Amino acid sequence: MGKTIAEIILSTKSRSDAHAGDIVVAQIDLAFVQDTTGPLTVRQFRAGGFKKLANSLKAAVFLDHAAPSQSREMSNDHILLREFARQTGALISEVGDGVCHQLVAESLAKPGDLIIGTDSHTVTAGGLGAFACGMGSSDVAIGLGLGRTWFRVPETFLVELKGKFAEGVSAKDLILYLIGQIGADGATYKALEFGGDGIGGMSISQRLTVSNMAVEAGAKVGLFPAEETTCRYLTEQGRADHYTPITADGDALYQRVIKIKLGDLEPMVAKSHTVDNVVPVREVIGTKIQQVSIGTCTNGRLEDIEIVARMLEGKHRHPDTRLIVTPASRDILMSATAAGYIKTLLEAGAVILPPGCGSCLGLHQGVLGDGESCLSTANRNFKGRMGSAEAFIYLGSPATAAATVVKGEITDPREFL
Amino acid sequence: MLTGKAFKFGDDISTDLIIPGKYAYLRSNLPELAKHVMEDADSTFASRVKQGDFIVGGNNFGLGSSREHAPLVIKMAGVKAILAKSVARIFFRNAINLGLPVLVCDTDSIGDGDELEIDLQSGVIKNKSNGKQLAFGKIPAVMLRILDEGGILPYIEKHGDFRL
Ligand code: SF4
Repeated sequence: MGKTIAEIILSTKSRSDAHAGDIVVAQIDLAFVQDTTGPLTVRQFRAGGFKKLANSLKAAVFLDHAAPSQSREMSNDHILLREFARQTGALISEVGDGVCHQLVAESLAKPGDLIIGTDSHTVTAGGLGAFACGMGSSDVAIGLGLGRTWFRVPETFLVELKGKFAEGVSAKDLILYLIGQIGADGATYKALEFGGDGIGGMSISQRLTVSNMAVEAGAKVGLFPAEETTCRYLTEQGRADHYTPITADGDALYQRVIKIKLGDLEPMVAKSHTVDNVVPVREVIGTKIQQVSIGTCTNGRLEDIEIVARMLEGKHRHPDTRLIVTPASRDILMSATAAGYIKTLLEAGAVILPPGCGSCLGLHQGVLGDGESCLSTANRNFKGRMGSAEAFIYLGSPATAAATVVKGEITDPREFL
Repeated sequence: MLTGKAFKFGDDISTDLIIPGKYAYLRSNLPELAKHVMEDADSTFASRVKQGDFIVGGNNFGLGSSREHAPLVIKMAGVKAILAKSVARIFFRNAINLGLPVLVCDTDSIGDGDELEIDLQSGVIKNKSNGKQLAFGKIPAVMLRILDEGGILPYIEKHGDFRL
Protein backbone atom coordinates (compact mmCIF):
# COMPACT_ATOMS: atom_id res chain seq x y z
CA MET A 1 0.00 0.00 0.00
CA GLY A 2 1.34 3.41 -0.99
CA LYS A 3 1.91 6.23 1.44
CA THR A 4 0.80 9.78 1.93
CA ILE A 5 3.40 12.51 2.45
CA ALA A 6 2.79 12.36 6.22
CA GLU A 7 3.35 8.58 6.24
CA ILE A 8 6.47 8.85 4.09
CA ILE A 9 8.11 11.44 6.36
CA LEU A 10 7.16 9.76 9.63
CA SER A 11 8.34 6.37 8.27
CA THR A 12 11.74 7.84 7.41
CA LYS A 13 12.12 9.68 10.69
CA SER A 14 11.03 6.73 12.83
CA ARG A 15 12.87 4.16 10.67
CA SER A 16 9.75 2.08 10.55
CA ASP A 17 6.96 1.25 8.14
CA ALA A 18 4.50 3.81 9.49
CA HIS A 19 0.85 3.94 8.54
CA ALA A 20 -2.05 6.08 9.68
CA GLY A 21 -3.04 5.22 13.23
CA ASP A 22 0.41 3.93 14.28
CA ILE A 23 2.25 5.47 17.20
CA VAL A 24 5.90 6.16 16.38
CA VAL A 25 8.88 7.75 18.07
CA ALA A 26 10.61 9.89 15.46
CA GLN A 27 13.83 11.91 15.15
CA ILE A 28 13.33 15.65 15.05
CA ASP A 29 15.30 17.82 12.62
CA LEU A 30 14.36 21.20 14.04
CA ALA A 31 12.74 22.25 17.32
CA PHE A 32 12.03 25.87 18.06
CA VAL A 33 10.36 28.18 20.54
CA GLN A 34 9.13 31.74 20.46
CA ASP A 35 9.10 34.35 23.20
CA THR A 36 5.65 33.73 24.70
CA THR A 37 5.93 29.94 24.96
CA GLY A 38 9.74 29.68 25.17
CA PRO A 39 10.21 30.62 28.83
CA LEU A 40 7.99 27.73 29.98
CA THR A 41 9.87 25.44 27.58
CA VAL A 42 13.16 26.48 29.15
CA ARG A 43 11.78 25.86 32.64
CA GLN A 44 10.41 22.44 31.67
CA PHE A 45 13.72 21.59 29.95
CA ARG A 46 15.54 22.35 33.19
CA ALA A 47 12.91 20.67 35.38
CA GLY A 48 13.35 17.56 33.23
CA GLY A 49 17.02 17.54 34.21
CA PHE A 50 18.28 18.33 30.69
CA LYS A 51 21.55 20.26 30.46
CA LYS A 52 22.20 20.23 26.74
CA LEU A 53 20.38 19.97 23.46
CA ALA A 54 20.28 16.65 21.68
CA ASN A 55 23.16 16.59 19.16
CA SER A 56 21.00 15.37 16.34
CA LEU A 57 18.77 18.41 15.99
CA LYS A 58 18.82 22.09 15.21
CA ALA A 59 17.28 24.32 17.85
CA ALA A 60 16.16 27.91 17.51
CA VAL A 61 14.76 30.65 19.72
CA PHE A 62 12.71 33.47 18.17
CA LEU A 63 12.02 36.81 19.83
CA ASP A 64 9.07 37.80 17.67
CA HIS A 65 5.77 38.08 19.53
CA ALA A 66 6.81 41.05 21.64
CA ALA A 67 9.25 42.67 19.29
CA PRO A 68 10.45 45.03 20.56
CA SER A 69 9.22 44.21 24.04
CA GLN A 70 6.44 46.41 25.39
CA SER A 71 6.89 45.49 29.06
CA ARG A 72 9.45 44.75 31.70
CA GLU A 73 8.03 41.22 32.07
CA MET A 74 8.51 40.39 28.37
CA SER A 75 11.99 41.94 28.43
CA ASN A 76 12.89 39.65 31.33
CA ASP A 77 11.56 36.68 29.35
CA HIS A 78 13.76 37.77 26.45
CA ILE A 79 16.77 37.83 28.79
CA LEU A 80 15.96 34.28 29.91
CA LEU A 81 15.69 33.09 26.30
CA ARG A 82 18.92 34.78 25.21
CA GLU A 83 20.73 33.13 28.12
CA PHE A 84 19.26 29.77 27.20
CA ALA A 85 20.43 30.18 23.60
CA ARG A 86 23.92 31.18 24.76
CA GLN A 87 24.19 28.26 27.14
CA THR A 88 22.89 25.61 24.77
CA GLY A 89 24.10 26.93 21.43
CA ALA A 90 20.56 27.24 20.04
CA LEU A 91 20.21 29.74 17.20
CA ILE A 92 18.77 33.04 18.35
CA SER A 93 16.64 35.31 16.22
CA GLU A 94 16.56 38.81 17.64
CA VAL A 95 13.80 41.35 17.95
CA GLY A 96 13.15 42.78 14.49
CA ASP A 97 14.38 39.75 12.54
CA GLY A 98 10.84 38.55 11.92
CA VAL A 99 8.13 35.98 12.74
CA CYS A 100 9.40 32.51 13.60
CA HIS A 101 7.42 30.71 10.88
CA GLN A 102 8.62 33.02 8.13
CA LEU A 103 12.25 32.69 9.25
CA VAL A 104 11.92 28.92 9.51
CA ALA A 105 10.62 28.87 5.92
CA GLU A 106 13.29 31.28 4.67
CA SER A 107 16.31 29.67 6.18
CA LEU A 108 15.78 26.47 8.16
CA ALA A 109 13.03 24.13 6.92
CA LYS A 110 13.85 21.53 4.29
CA PRO A 111 11.48 19.24 2.41
CA GLY A 112 11.09 15.98 4.33
CA ASP A 113 12.12 17.51 7.65
CA LEU A 114 10.36 16.73 10.91
CA ILE A 115 9.86 20.02 12.74
CA ILE A 116 8.24 20.83 16.07
CA GLY A 117 7.69 24.28 17.51
CA THR A 118 5.92 25.76 20.51
CA ASP A 119 3.52 27.61 18.29
CA SER A 120 0.43 26.26 16.58
CA HIS A 121 1.35 27.84 13.25
CA THR A 122 4.48 25.71 13.01
CA VAL A 123 2.40 23.97 10.31
CA THR A 124 3.47 26.79 7.96
CA ALA A 125 6.63 24.92 6.91
CA GLY A 126 4.37 22.26 5.39
CA GLY A 127 4.33 24.57 2.38
CA LEU A 128 7.88 23.37 1.70
CA GLY A 129 7.03 19.71 2.23
CA ALA A 130 8.17 19.49 5.87
CA PHE A 131 6.13 17.61 8.47
CA ALA A 132 5.93 20.57 10.82
CA CYS A 133 3.59 20.65 13.75
CA GLY A 134 2.86 22.75 16.78
CA MET A 135 3.24 21.40 20.30
CA GLY A 136 3.24 22.69 23.83
CA SER A 137 6.21 23.77 25.90
CA SER A 138 6.70 20.44 27.72
CA ASP A 139 6.68 18.40 24.50
CA VAL A 140 9.19 20.70 22.84
CA ALA A 141 11.36 20.82 26.00
CA ILE A 142 11.65 17.04 25.93
CA GLY A 143 12.13 17.08 22.16
CA LEU A 144 15.04 19.49 22.59
CA GLY A 145 16.63 17.24 25.19
CA LEU A 146 16.03 13.82 23.64
CA GLY A 147 16.04 14.75 19.95
CA ARG A 148 12.85 12.77 19.40
CA THR A 149 9.22 12.65 20.36
CA TRP A 150 6.17 10.51 19.82
CA PHE A 151 3.59 10.95 17.10
CA ARG A 152 0.37 9.33 16.11
CA VAL A 153 0.62 8.96 12.35
CA PRO A 154 -2.35 10.97 11.07
CA GLU A 155 -4.89 9.94 8.49
CA THR A 156 -4.74 12.26 5.49
CA PHE A 157 -7.34 14.33 3.69
CA LEU A 158 -6.25 15.08 0.14
CA VAL A 159 -7.27 18.51 -1.08
CA GLU A 160 -7.13 18.30 -4.85
CA LEU A 161 -6.75 21.71 -6.47
CA LYS A 162 -7.60 22.24 -10.12
CA GLY A 163 -6.88 25.14 -12.45
CA LYS A 164 -5.89 28.69 -11.58
CA PHE A 165 -7.12 31.52 -9.37
CA ALA A 166 -9.24 34.20 -11.01
CA GLU A 167 -7.92 37.76 -10.80
CA GLY A 168 -8.26 39.29 -7.34
CA VAL A 169 -8.48 35.86 -5.71
CA SER A 170 -5.56 34.25 -3.89
CA ALA A 171 -4.34 31.53 -1.57
CA LYS A 172 -5.96 33.20 1.44
CA ASP A 173 -9.38 32.96 -0.20
CA LEU A 174 -8.74 29.29 -0.92
CA ILE A 175 -7.86 28.35 2.64
CA LEU A 176 -10.71 30.43 4.09
CA TYR A 177 -13.10 28.72 1.68
CA LEU A 178 -11.80 25.27 2.68
CA ILE A 179 -12.09 25.99 6.42
CA GLY A 180 -15.59 27.35 5.85
CA GLN A 181 -16.48 24.09 4.10
CA ILE A 182 -15.04 21.57 6.55
CA GLY A 183 -15.27 23.62 9.78
CA ALA A 184 -12.81 24.64 12.47
CA ASP A 185 -12.62 21.02 13.66
CA GLY A 186 -13.14 19.44 10.25
CA ALA A 187 -9.60 18.07 10.09
CA THR A 188 -8.80 17.58 13.79
CA TYR A 189 -5.90 15.10 14.21
CA LYS A 190 -5.66 14.76 10.41
CA ALA A 191 -3.00 15.71 7.90
CA LEU A 192 -4.19 18.00 5.12
CA GLU A 193 -2.27 17.26 1.95
CA PHE A 194 -2.60 19.53 -1.06
CA GLY A 195 -2.27 18.13 -4.57
CA GLY A 196 -3.65 18.36 -8.08
CA ASP A 197 -2.54 20.42 -11.06
CA GLY A 198 -3.61 23.61 -9.26
CA ILE A 199 -0.59 23.61 -6.98
CA GLY A 200 1.77 24.01 -9.93
CA GLY A 201 0.68 27.63 -10.30
CA MET A 202 1.01 28.40 -6.62
CA SER A 203 4.16 30.14 -5.39
CA ILE A 204 5.85 29.10 -2.15
CA SER A 205 4.51 32.27 -0.57
CA GLN A 206 0.96 31.15 -1.40
CA ARG A 207 1.60 27.58 -0.23
CA LEU A 208 2.90 28.88 3.09
CA THR A 209 -0.33 30.90 3.51
CA VAL A 210 -2.40 27.76 2.97
CA SER A 211 -0.30 25.49 5.21
CA ASN A 212 -0.23 28.19 7.90
CA MET A 213 -3.98 27.98 8.33
CA ALA A 214 -4.29 24.18 8.21
CA VAL A 215 -4.37 24.30 12.01
CA GLU A 216 -7.49 26.49 11.85
CA ALA A 217 -9.30 23.40 10.57
CA GLY A 218 -7.77 21.43 13.46
CA ALA A 219 -5.16 19.72 11.28
CA LYS A 220 -1.86 18.47 12.63
CA VAL A 221 0.00 19.38 9.45
CA GLY A 222 -0.73 21.05 6.11
CA LEU A 223 1.51 19.47 3.52
CA PHE A 224 2.47 20.39 -0.02
CA PRO A 225 4.65 18.14 -2.14
CA ALA A 226 8.16 19.44 -2.76
CA GLU A 227 8.69 19.87 -6.52
CA GLU A 228 10.12 22.34 -9.04
CA THR A 229 8.63 25.41 -7.38
CA THR A 230 10.13 24.34 -4.05
CA CYS A 231 13.48 23.70 -5.71
CA ARG A 232 13.42 27.14 -7.33
CA TYR A 233 12.53 28.83 -4.04
CA LEU A 234 15.30 27.10 -2.10
CA THR A 235 17.77 27.94 -4.84
CA GLU A 236 16.76 31.59 -4.70
CA GLN A 237 17.31 31.47 -0.94
CA GLY A 238 20.84 30.21 -1.60
CA ARG A 239 20.18 26.74 -0.29
CA ALA A 240 19.66 24.58 -3.36
CA ASP A 241 21.38 21.76 -1.46
CA HIS A 242 18.39 21.62 0.90
CA TYR A 243 16.09 20.40 -1.84
CA THR A 244 14.77 16.85 -1.99
CA PRO A 245 11.62 16.06 -3.92
CA ILE A 246 8.72 14.70 -1.85
CA THR A 247 5.46 13.42 -3.28
CA ALA A 248 2.88 10.97 -2.09
CA ASP A 249 2.81 7.51 -3.64
CA GLY A 250 0.37 7.15 -6.52
CA ASP A 251 -1.64 4.56 -4.59
CA ALA A 252 -1.57 6.37 -1.24
CA LEU A 253 -4.64 5.82 0.91
CA TYR A 254 -6.59 8.97 1.73
CA GLN A 255 -9.38 9.10 4.24
CA ARG A 256 -11.16 11.77 2.27
CA VAL A 257 -10.66 13.65 -0.99
CA ILE A 258 -11.84 17.24 -1.32
CA LYS A 259 -11.84 18.75 -4.82
CA ILE A 260 -11.65 22.48 -5.37
CA LYS A 261 -11.61 24.33 -8.68
CA LEU A 262 -9.46 27.38 -8.05
CA GLY A 263 -11.14 29.29 -10.86
CA ASP A 264 -14.53 29.05 -9.12
CA LEU A 265 -13.31 30.76 -5.94
CA GLU A 266 -14.11 34.35 -5.09
CA PRO A 267 -12.76 36.69 -2.37
CA MET A 268 -13.77 35.37 1.06
CA VAL A 269 -13.75 36.64 4.64
CA ALA A 270 -14.08 34.94 8.01
CA LYS A 271 -16.37 36.94 10.28
CA SER A 272 -15.75 37.15 13.99
CA HIS A 273 -15.41 35.15 16.21
CA THR A 274 -14.50 31.86 14.53
CA VAL A 275 -12.29 31.14 11.53
CA ASP A 276 -14.92 28.89 9.94
CA ASN A 277 -17.51 31.65 9.93
CA VAL A 278 -16.67 32.21 6.26
CA VAL A 279 -18.71 34.10 3.66
CA PRO A 280 -17.93 35.61 0.26
CA VAL A 281 -16.81 39.22 0.61
CA ARG A 282 -19.92 40.34 -1.31
CA GLU A 283 -22.10 39.32 1.65
CA VAL A 284 -20.42 41.74 4.05
CA ILE A 285 -19.64 44.61 1.70
CA GLY A 286 -20.08 47.95 3.42
CA THR A 287 -19.17 46.81 6.95
CA LYS A 288 -17.31 49.76 8.51
CA ILE A 289 -13.72 49.00 9.47
CA GLN A 290 -11.56 51.07 11.82
CA GLN A 291 -8.29 49.18 11.39
CA VAL A 292 -6.76 47.22 8.56
CA SER A 293 -3.82 45.01 9.62
CA ILE A 294 -1.60 43.55 6.94
CA GLY A 295 1.11 41.12 7.89
CA THR A 296 1.61 38.07 10.18
CA CYS A 297 2.95 34.64 9.39
CA THR A 298 -0.09 34.13 7.14
CA ASN A 299 0.20 37.08 4.77
CA GLY A 300 3.18 39.28 5.61
CA ARG A 301 5.39 38.19 2.72
CA LEU A 302 6.79 40.21 -0.17
CA GLU A 303 4.10 39.01 -2.59
CA ASP A 304 1.41 40.14 -0.16
CA ILE A 305 2.97 43.56 0.37
CA GLU A 306 3.43 43.90 -3.38
CA ILE A 307 -0.28 43.27 -4.03
CA VAL A 308 -1.23 45.87 -1.43
CA ALA A 309 1.30 48.46 -2.64
CA ARG A 310 0.18 48.08 -6.26
CA MET A 311 -3.45 48.56 -5.26
CA LEU A 312 -2.67 51.55 -3.05
CA GLU A 313 -0.45 53.34 -5.56
CA GLY A 314 -1.66 56.94 -5.70
CA LYS A 315 -4.49 56.21 -3.23
CA HIS A 316 -4.93 56.96 0.44
CA ARG A 317 -6.44 55.18 3.40
CA HIS A 318 -9.97 56.26 4.28
CA PRO A 319 -9.87 58.97 7.00
CA ASP A 320 -11.73 56.70 9.47
CA THR A 321 -9.52 53.67 8.89
CA ARG A 322 -5.98 53.11 10.14
CA LEU A 323 -3.55 51.00 8.15
CA ILE A 324 -0.94 48.90 9.92
CA VAL A 325 1.57 46.93 7.90
CA THR A 326 3.92 44.42 9.53
CA PRO A 327 6.40 42.70 7.21
CA ALA A 328 6.99 39.11 8.32
CA SER A 329 10.78 39.34 8.21
CA ARG A 330 13.72 41.70 7.91
CA ASP A 331 14.49 40.36 4.43
CA ILE A 332 10.95 41.07 3.34
CA LEU A 333 11.11 44.60 4.73
CA MET A 334 14.40 45.22 2.92
CA SER A 335 13.08 43.86 -0.38
CA ALA A 336 9.82 45.81 -0.02
CA THR A 337 11.83 48.95 0.67
CA ALA A 338 14.10 48.38 -2.31
CA ALA A 339 11.08 47.82 -4.57
CA GLY A 340 9.50 51.07 -3.42
CA TYR A 341 6.48 49.34 -1.84
CA ILE A 342 7.15 50.75 1.62
CA LYS A 343 7.23 54.29 0.23
CA THR A 344 3.90 53.71 -1.51
CA LEU A 345 2.39 52.36 1.70
CA LEU A 346 3.67 55.27 3.77
CA GLU A 347 2.27 57.71 1.21
CA ALA A 348 -1.06 55.90 1.48
CA GLY A 349 -1.06 56.59 5.21
CA ALA A 350 0.30 53.31 6.59
CA VAL A 351 2.08 52.73 9.88
CA ILE A 352 4.92 50.28 9.34
CA LEU A 353 5.64 48.04 12.33
CA PRO A 354 8.93 46.21 12.82
CA PRO A 355 9.05 42.67 11.41
CA GLY A 356 7.43 40.25 13.86
CA CYS A 357 3.95 39.36 15.01
CA GLY A 358 2.86 42.99 15.25
CA SER A 359 -0.76 43.45 16.20
CA CYS A 360 -1.75 39.81 15.63
CA LEU A 361 -2.13 38.62 19.22
CA GLY A 362 -3.19 41.78 21.01
CA LEU A 363 -0.05 41.94 23.10
CA HIS A 364 1.11 45.33 21.90
CA GLN A 365 0.87 47.79 18.99
CA GLY A 366 -2.42 47.89 17.15
CA VAL A 367 -4.62 46.67 20.01
CA LEU A 368 -8.32 47.15 19.23
CA GLY A 369 -10.71 49.13 21.41
CA ASP A 370 -14.27 48.24 22.44
CA GLY A 371 -16.68 48.02 19.54
CA GLU A 372 -14.00 48.43 16.87
CA SER A 373 -13.76 46.27 13.77
CA CYS A 374 -10.55 45.17 12.11
CA LEU A 375 -9.95 43.55 8.74
CA SER A 376 -6.79 41.53 9.18
CA THR A 377 -4.75 39.28 6.91
CA ALA A 378 -3.94 37.10 9.94
CA ASN A 379 -5.20 33.61 10.68
CA ARG A 380 -7.35 34.04 13.81
CA ASN A 381 -10.36 36.14 14.67
CA PHE A 382 -11.14 34.74 18.11
CA LYS A 383 -12.92 36.93 20.60
CA GLY A 384 -10.34 38.95 22.52
CA ARG A 385 -7.54 37.99 20.14
CA MET A 386 -6.43 41.54 19.31
CA GLY A 387 -7.05 43.14 22.69
CA SER A 388 -10.65 43.97 23.43
CA ALA A 389 -13.13 41.12 23.78
CA GLU A 390 -15.70 43.66 22.53
CA ALA A 391 -13.94 44.05 19.18
CA PHE A 392 -14.65 42.27 15.88
CA ILE A 393 -12.00 40.73 13.66
CA TYR A 394 -12.58 39.87 10.00
CA LEU A 395 -9.98 37.80 8.16
CA GLY A 396 -9.32 38.38 4.50
CA SER A 397 -6.70 38.43 1.76
CA PRO A 398 -4.15 41.22 1.25
CA ALA A 399 -6.14 42.40 -1.79
CA THR A 400 -9.38 42.57 0.22
CA ALA A 401 -7.47 44.42 2.96
CA ALA A 402 -6.13 46.98 0.48
CA ALA A 403 -9.53 47.61 -1.08
CA THR A 404 -11.08 47.91 2.37
CA VAL A 405 -8.61 50.47 3.67
CA VAL A 406 -9.32 52.79 0.74
CA LYS A 407 -13.09 52.73 1.21
CA GLY A 408 -13.16 52.40 5.01
CA GLU A 409 -15.56 49.47 4.71
CA ILE A 410 -15.26 45.88 3.59
CA THR A 411 -14.80 46.00 -0.17
CA ASP A 412 -14.48 43.42 -2.92
CA PRO A 413 -10.94 43.80 -4.31
CA ARG A 414 -12.19 43.07 -7.82
CA GLU A 415 -13.64 46.60 -7.81
CA PHE A 416 -10.05 47.77 -8.07
CA LEU A 417 -8.97 45.57 -10.97
CA MET B 1 -13.12 8.96 42.04
CA LEU B 2 -13.44 12.67 41.28
CA THR B 3 -16.36 14.74 42.52
CA GLY B 4 -17.13 18.37 41.90
CA LYS B 5 -19.29 20.92 40.20
CA ALA B 6 -19.61 21.46 36.45
CA PHE B 7 -18.86 24.85 34.91
CA LYS B 8 -20.57 24.68 31.57
CA PHE B 9 -19.25 26.44 28.46
CA GLY B 10 -20.30 26.31 24.82
CA ASP B 11 -18.55 25.25 21.61
CA ASP B 12 -15.22 26.59 20.38
CA ILE B 13 -13.65 27.65 23.66
CA SER B 14 -10.37 28.92 22.21
CA THR B 15 -7.07 29.27 24.01
CA ASP B 16 -7.63 33.03 23.73
CA LEU B 17 -10.81 32.65 25.78
CA ILE B 18 -8.99 30.45 28.29
CA ILE B 19 -6.05 32.81 28.64
CA PRO B 20 -5.81 35.72 26.19
CA GLY B 21 -2.61 36.53 24.31
CA LYS B 22 -2.67 40.02 25.76
CA TYR B 23 -1.56 38.51 29.09
CA ALA B 24 1.47 36.82 27.52
CA TYR B 25 3.64 39.21 29.53
CA LEU B 26 2.47 37.45 32.72
CA ARG B 27 3.50 33.99 31.62
CA SER B 28 6.55 33.93 33.87
CA ASN B 29 4.34 34.96 36.80
CA LEU B 30 1.90 32.06 36.89
CA PRO B 31 -0.07 33.03 40.03
CA GLU B 32 -0.84 36.41 38.43
CA LEU B 33 -1.62 34.85 35.05
CA ALA B 34 -3.95 32.30 36.63
CA LYS B 35 -6.18 35.08 37.95
CA HIS B 36 -7.35 35.64 34.37
CA VAL B 37 -8.38 32.04 33.67
CA MET B 38 -11.41 31.88 31.31
CA GLU B 39 -11.76 35.65 31.65
CA ASP B 40 -13.17 36.44 28.21
CA ALA B 41 -15.55 33.46 28.32
CA ASP B 42 -16.86 34.10 31.86
CA SER B 43 -15.31 36.85 33.93
CA THR B 44 -16.74 35.39 37.19
CA PHE B 45 -15.22 31.94 36.69
CA ALA B 46 -11.91 32.58 38.47
CA SER B 47 -13.64 33.75 41.64
CA ARG B 48 -16.26 30.96 41.68
CA VAL B 49 -14.28 27.84 40.76
CA LYS B 50 -13.26 25.53 43.60
CA GLN B 51 -10.73 22.72 44.02
CA GLY B 52 -12.11 19.60 42.39
CA ASP B 53 -14.51 21.27 39.96
CA PHE B 54 -14.84 20.46 36.27
CA ILE B 55 -14.90 22.47 33.09
CA VAL B 56 -17.48 21.18 30.64
CA GLY B 57 -17.33 22.35 27.06
CA GLY B 58 -18.92 21.53 23.71
CA ASN B 59 -17.18 20.96 20.39
CA ASN B 60 -13.54 21.74 19.64
CA PHE B 61 -12.50 22.71 23.14
CA GLY B 62 -9.08 24.39 23.33
CA LEU B 63 -8.75 25.31 19.67
CA GLY B 64 -6.10 27.82 18.74
CA SER B 65 -2.66 28.41 20.08
CA SER B 66 -0.16 25.90 21.40
CA ARG B 67 0.16 27.79 24.71
CA GLU B 68 0.47 25.15 27.41
CA HIS B 69 -0.47 27.97 29.77
CA ALA B 70 -4.10 27.34 28.80
CA PRO B 71 -4.43 23.92 30.48
CA LEU B 72 -1.91 25.07 33.09
CA VAL B 73 -4.07 27.94 34.39
CA ILE B 74 -7.10 25.63 34.36
CA LYS B 75 -5.19 23.14 36.44
CA MET B 76 -3.96 25.86 38.78
CA ALA B 77 -7.57 26.93 39.32
CA GLY B 78 -8.19 23.52 40.90
CA VAL B 79 -10.06 21.96 37.98
CA LYS B 80 -9.62 18.19 38.03
CA ALA B 81 -10.85 17.27 34.56
CA ILE B 82 -12.13 18.81 31.35
CA LEU B 83 -15.14 17.25 29.63
CA ALA B 84 -15.97 18.11 26.04
CA LYS B 85 -17.59 16.69 22.93
CA SER B 86 -14.34 17.13 21.02
CA VAL B 87 -10.96 18.62 21.80
CA ALA B 88 -8.35 20.40 19.68
CA ARG B 89 -5.24 18.32 19.18
CA ILE B 90 -2.51 20.49 20.74
CA PHE B 91 -4.62 21.37 23.77
CA PHE B 92 -5.42 17.69 24.34
CA ARG B 93 -1.75 16.71 24.31
CA ASN B 94 -0.79 19.68 26.52
CA ALA B 95 -3.41 18.89 29.15
CA ILE B 96 -2.38 15.23 29.35
CA ASN B 97 1.28 16.31 29.55
CA LEU B 98 0.36 18.30 32.65
CA GLY B 99 -1.52 15.38 34.17
CA LEU B 100 -4.93 16.98 33.58
CA PRO B 101 -7.49 14.47 32.25
CA VAL B 102 -9.53 15.46 29.20
CA LEU B 103 -12.61 13.31 28.74
CA VAL B 104 -14.49 13.16 25.47
CA CYS B 105 -18.20 12.57 25.89
CA ASP B 106 -21.60 13.93 24.90
CA THR B 107 -21.83 16.85 27.32
CA ASP B 108 -25.34 17.96 26.27
CA SER B 109 -27.02 16.46 29.34
CA ILE B 110 -24.69 18.26 31.76
CA GLY B 111 -25.97 21.60 33.02
CA ASP B 112 -24.07 24.47 34.57
CA GLY B 113 -23.66 23.79 38.29
CA ASP B 114 -24.44 20.05 38.08
CA GLU B 115 -22.66 17.85 40.63
CA LEU B 116 -20.59 15.20 38.87
CA GLU B 117 -18.85 12.06 40.02
CA ILE B 118 -16.23 10.71 37.63
CA ASP B 119 -14.63 7.30 37.75
CA LEU B 120 -11.52 7.53 35.57
CA GLN B 121 -10.92 3.79 35.80
CA SER B 122 -14.35 2.59 34.68
CA GLY B 123 -14.91 5.52 32.31
CA VAL B 124 -18.25 6.53 33.81
CA ILE B 125 -19.54 9.99 34.69
CA LYS B 126 -22.48 10.14 37.12
CA ASN B 127 -24.50 13.31 37.08
CA LYS B 128 -25.84 13.50 40.63
CA SER B 129 -28.00 16.48 39.78
CA ASN B 130 -30.15 14.69 37.20
CA GLY B 131 -29.34 11.04 37.88
CA LYS B 132 -27.97 10.46 34.36
CA GLN B 133 -24.89 8.40 33.57
CA LEU B 134 -22.45 9.06 30.78
CA ALA B 135 -19.58 7.08 29.34
CA PHE B 136 -16.51 8.86 28.06
CA GLY B 137 -14.29 7.76 25.17
CA LYS B 138 -11.13 5.86 25.89
CA ILE B 139 -8.05 8.00 26.34
CA PRO B 140 -5.46 6.67 23.82
CA ALA B 141 -3.10 4.17 25.47
CA VAL B 142 0.04 6.31 25.05
CA MET B 143 -1.63 9.26 26.71
CA LEU B 144 -3.02 7.09 29.49
CA ARG B 145 0.50 5.98 30.34
CA ILE B 146 1.64 9.61 30.50
CA LEU B 147 -1.40 10.54 32.57
CA ASP B 148 -0.79 7.63 34.94
CA GLU B 149 2.67 8.99 35.73
CA GLY B 150 1.19 12.43 36.46
CA GLY B 151 2.36 14.06 33.21
CA ILE B 152 5.13 13.96 30.64
CA LEU B 153 7.96 15.24 32.86
CA PRO B 154 7.43 12.62 35.59
CA TYR B 155 6.98 10.06 32.81
CA ILE B 156 10.34 10.88 31.21
CA GLU B 157 12.03 11.15 34.59
CA LYS B 158 10.88 7.63 35.39
CA HIS B 159 11.46 5.97 32.00
CA GLY B 160 14.28 8.12 30.63
CA ASP B 161 12.73 7.99 27.15
CA PHE B 162 9.47 7.25 25.34
CA ARG B 163 8.49 3.66 26.03
CA LEU B 164 5.39 3.31 23.98
S1 SF4 C 1 2.01 36.40 13.45
FE1 SF4 C 1 0.26 35.92 14.75
S2 SF4 C 1 -0.29 33.82 14.27
FE2 SF4 C 1 1.77 34.19 13.45
S3 SF4 C 1 3.16 33.49 15.06
FE3 SF4 C 1 2.81 35.66 15.39
S4 SF4 C 1 1.09 35.79 16.83
FE4 SF4 C 1 1.12 33.72 16.00
